[in-house]
Parts: sequence; structure tokens; C-alpha cells
Amino acid sequence: MKKPLIEFENVFKKFGRNQILNGVNLSIYRGEVTTIIGKSGVGKSVLLKHIIGLLKHDSGRILFQGQPLSEMQKSERKVFKNKISYLFQGSALFDSLSVVENIALPLKEKQSLPAAEIKKRIRNTMEKLDLRDIDDKYPSQLSGGMQKRVALARALVTDPEIVLFDEPTTGLDPIRKNAVHSMIADYQKRFGFTGVVVSHEIPDIFYFSQRVAMLEEGQVIIEGTPQEVQQTTDPAVQQFIRGLESRRDDLTGMHTQLQGEKRFLEEMGRLERHQVVFSIILFSINNIEEINETIGHAEVQTVLKNFSVQTLNRLRITDICLRYGLDKILVVLPNTDIDQAQMVCDRLAKELKAEDIIGIRPSPELCFSVDAGFAEAQQGMQIEHIVAIAESAQNELLEFKVC
Amino acid sequence: MRFTAANTTLAALGRLALFPIQEMGRIAIFFSHGFFHIFSPPLQISKIIEQVYFIGTKSVFVICLTGAFTGMVLGLQGYYTLVKFGAEGLLGAAVALSLIREMGPVLTAIMVVGRAGSAMAAEIGIMRISEQIDALDTMDIDPVRFLFSPRMAAAFISFPLLTAIFDVVGIFGGYLSGSILLGINPGIYFAKIQSSVLMKDISGGFIKSLVFSAVVTTICCFQGYFTHTRAEGFGAKGVSNATTSAVVASCVLTLIVDYILTSFLI
Repeated sequence: MKKPLIEFENVFKKFGRNQILNGVNLSIYRGEVTTIIGKSGVGKSVLLKHIIGLLKHDSGRILFQGQPLSEMQKSERKVFKNKISYLFQGSALFDSLSVVENIALPLKEKQSLPAAEIKKRIRNTMEKLDLRDIDDKYPSQLSGGMQKRVALARALVTDPEIVLFDEPTTGLDPIRKNAVHSMIADYQKRFGFTGVVVSHEIPDIFYFSQRVAMLEEGQVIIEGTPQEVQQTTDPAVQQFIRGLESRRDDLTGMHTQLQGEKRFLEEMGRLERHQVVFSIILFSINNIEEINETIGHAEVQTVLKNFSVQTLNRLRITDICLRYGLDKILVVLPNTDIDQAQMVCDRLAKELKAEDIIGIRPSPELCFSVDAGFAEAQQGMQIEHIVAIAESAQNELLEFKVC
Repeated sequence: MRFTAANTTLAALGRLALFPIQEMGRIAIFFSHGFFHIFSPPLQISKIIEQVYFIGTKSVFVICLTGAFTGMVLGLQGYYTLVKFGAEGLLGAAVALSLIREMGPVLTAIMVVGRAGSAMAAEIGIMRISEQIDALDTMDIDPVRFLFSPRMAAAFISFPLLTAIFDVVGIFGGYLSGSILLGINPGIYFAKIQSSVLMKDISGGFIKSLVFSAVVTTICCFQGYFTHTRAEGFGAKGVSNATTSAVVASCVLTLIVDYILTSFLI
């Protein structure tokens, strides 16, 4: 059995007469993104601040690799703190320091690196986060989205093992919001850090988290994989998820995963009762990491948005399009067998033009390539099953060259 | 019932008595923490120089201005008082001793509180309410070492130098009103200064200015640093209250400490 990296054991915290944490039990595993959801004011940020030691719990234990944080020696605590970074809800950038000075601060103050090495690491991090031409600007001269990215750069520049994100997308537009989510997923894969995210962004958090926990009345009422949380019958969890989930994905304008799955079940019901066949097409962007790195996360989200709009425009009104992950789009085609599904794929491959999709600055020799896999539904199939078949049978390659 | 009322009153009285003691204890811990980190390696030389520029260099003009007028008014008042006793020749000694022993260190401290102390409280207070201090903490950078120690070190350097400037400018201010305007012989004015001012007076003045620099920076930084714990206001209001308290408490404490120090030094 996997051992948790960070573990909350019956943690209590009170502010005045307000009992905020009321016996929290939670496990955070190494190399995973754990997202904490819950209503506003329920104590999500308080929980996060306990990990880094900004707040002290009244009772209970918080363990790091099995060792209670409160019993750590000063030197052990220093080692622990050096492994961890915190991205504040309001960015918390030093407003009297420039962007470069902000990012350099943790390196200059804490590590005895030569100036050239510091410069190199700052440059690398800034490039990865698409922060260009703002070196000497001050935080107040930047937009909210840009400030978040500078704060993210400051959090990542020390190569932390654990990154805590306190509502990283509050106040961002859909493209920037999705870019931040994609960044978290992307960098988590690339740097392999353990992420703890506090967020309201449903359903997006289900795309990039490996574990989700919900906090309600000071306790974790559910903890598990995104699927487990989405499929739970707990009325409080369902009410929260459904209450927050919009009917359409705000970036692509498509159905959200939960809405789409509902429609899928309706089609499955028609198939079982009236033998009305239906098929699916799964589009997956197969080089998202490469293009993220080349043209930046925000631009990739623009491409994804354009691709979705162009695809939606070319489908029938009865077809159901849903976002099935950060880089996957699922189309359910009612009254369509597998041959007709292939024809739809062929038609889309011919009709979709690069210029309609790529609304971004050119970058030579970069291809935005999308795989399209299709499959016909059989009675009793689960959505995950048919998606797996479509994924394994990817046989169309739609390639759009950005030149 | 009466017991409960008595208990409540006693508890309130107890709180009233405990609060200042706790506050003094917190200030003492804050001061020793900051003082210790002035010398802890690596020394924060560039930050100290930056603060010397802010506290010291940028205060020179205002110190010259107040020094000059304080000296001038001392010359004026001193002349009309001494002339009654036919002792106007002692004006130089009166002006110089008042400035070096008392006015120089005290007024310098009060002027720096107004110019730099309030700025320290406001800056640190804003950093506190915008989570910048928490951000330092999460990066394992000691906020007291980072924010308070360089300011205190810079004050230790700047206060005596500013006091020296205040004293010298003040003596020339006294010369201006006493000699040039009211006709005292300049030779007598400066000769009396030379004969009456002892090294003890000068070192006493400098000791005072060193103590004031610790008092002023500790109070101002402490008020800013703990803005968030103030009961009477949060956010911007908290910062404004912290700044006001910083200025008032620093000035009052400067005068109280001045009295205590004088009674030891005299």
C-alpha cells in the first residue's frame, strides 16, 4: 500500500469561537495532484496554510513522511520548508520589487548560487511560463493573469518537491484559467512535484487531479480519485458538484463531462430499448506538451478553443460534443454506425483548415496534430470502455501546420 | 450574581494590567530577534546601505532645516533671558549644551519618526495585509531578519550622524540669531562653546541617539509587522491605525526614555 507523503490526522483548528477544522483526516501522496474542493469559507485555505506552517493546529497531527510537523527540529523544519512552495490566492508578489527581483528572491536569500546560475534559472523558468519582456516591470503594472504566472514562476524557480496552490485561477478569463490548469498538469508531469490545489473550478479540476477531497463543515467528507468523487451518491458532494458545474465548458462551449455523460446514457438507453445505433469520435491532441513548450499554454488554449468551435460548426445539431479532459474532445453521434462515423472523420479532416484554427503567431515547423479515433457503441458499454476502444483504434491524423 | 460581576470586573482589570506587560514582552522579543540578526551571516550589507540612504541621506534636508531654526530660536530666547542678567556672553554655551545634550538627539529622533518611521510602519503593514510577509515565511526567509534587522542597523548608523548634523547646524543657527542679528561677539559665542562643552556631553548625546534609534525602529517596525493582530481595524484601516500608533508611541517613548537616560547621564 502506498504511504502518504503528507497526512492529516484528526486535525482541529478554531478561530475565536469558529471551529474551522473539525477533525480533518486527509492523505496526500507523492507525485500526485490532490485537489481540495468545498464551499467558500469552509477552511480550504486554512488547511493548506497548516501544511506550510503559516497556521498552527489546535490538536491532531500533521505528518510529513510519517513524522509529525509539530515535533520537527528546527533544522528538519528548514529542510521541509525548502522542499515546499506556496502559490498565494492573491499572488503575494513583493510590490516594491520588479518581476525579476521577485523571482530571484528565494534563490538569492536561501541558496548560495553564483549570480550567473541564478540568472540562468530565472531565465529558464520565465521562458517556460511564457513571461517575456516584463523583467523590469513591477507587479502593479501587470494584469492579474500575468501576476499569477510570475507568482507561479517564483514558486517553481526553486524546483520544489511539493507545491501548494491556493485558488490559482481566481479572477482569470477562461483561456488563462485553462492555461493555468494545463500548466499545473504539464509541470507536474515534467517536474514530478506533488501538488495540492485548492479550487472551485469544477469540472476542470477533475481533468488534472489524481485525487480529489471535499471539505464540508470542517471535515473531509469524501476523498478519492476524480471518478470516485464524481460518481459518489453522497448528496452533499453531488449538490456541490452539480451546483458549480455549468452546462457548457467555458473555454470550448461544449458540454461538460458530467453533462455529456448524461447524454451518453440517454443514447445508450435508446440503443438498448430501440436498437438505435450510435458511435463516438475521440479527438486527442497528441503533442500538447511539445506545443505548450513551444508556443505557450495560453496560445494552446486558444488553438483548442478554435478547434472546438470549428468542429462544433461542422457537426449536426443532434451531435453531442463534450470536453473529456484537458486535451481530449469526445463527440457522440446518435443514429450513426461506425462507417458513417469514419465518413464524418474524413470530412472533418478535409474541411478543417489550419488558418481557422491557428489564430496565433507563427512558429516554423510546429505541428498541431490531432488524433481521431472512432468506435460504435455496443449494448451495456460504459463510457470509459468505448473511449478506450476509440483511443486504441486511432486511425485518422488531422495535422495542422503552424507556419 | 455579585460574585460574577466582581469576577468580570477583576478579569477586565487583570486583562488591562496584563496587556501592556505582554506587549512589552513581545516588543522585547521582537527587538532581540531583529538585533541578533543584524550580525547573523550573511550580513545584509546592500539592504543596510539602501536603508541608510532612506533613513539617513533622505532626512538630511529636513534635519538641517529643523536644526537651523531650533538653533535660531534658542539663540533668540537665550539672548533675551541672559541679557536680563548681563550674561549674554554665555549664549554660545547655552545654545550648544541644549542642542548637544537634549534637543539634538530628541528632535532628530522625532523628525526621523515623522519621515521614515511612519513609512516603515506603513510599508511593513501593507506587506503584512497583502500576505507578502507570509510569502517570505513560506520561502523560509525570516521576515524579521529580512525587514527589521537592516532597518535597525541603518538607524544605528544614521541617527548619530543626523544628530551630529542637527547639532552643528543648530549651533550655526544660534550664531545667526545671536551674533549676526542681535550683536553678540562671534568670538565669545564660539569660545564659550569650546570651553563649556565636554566630551561627556557629546558622548551622552550620541548614546541617547543610539538608544532612540533602537526605540524608534523597534516600535515602528513592530506596529507594522503586527498590523493584522490589531483589534480595532483590519486591512487599510489597520495599516493607518498601525502607522498612527507607531508615530505616537515612538515620540512619547523617545521623550520618556530621554528623561530616564538624562537622569543617568547627568
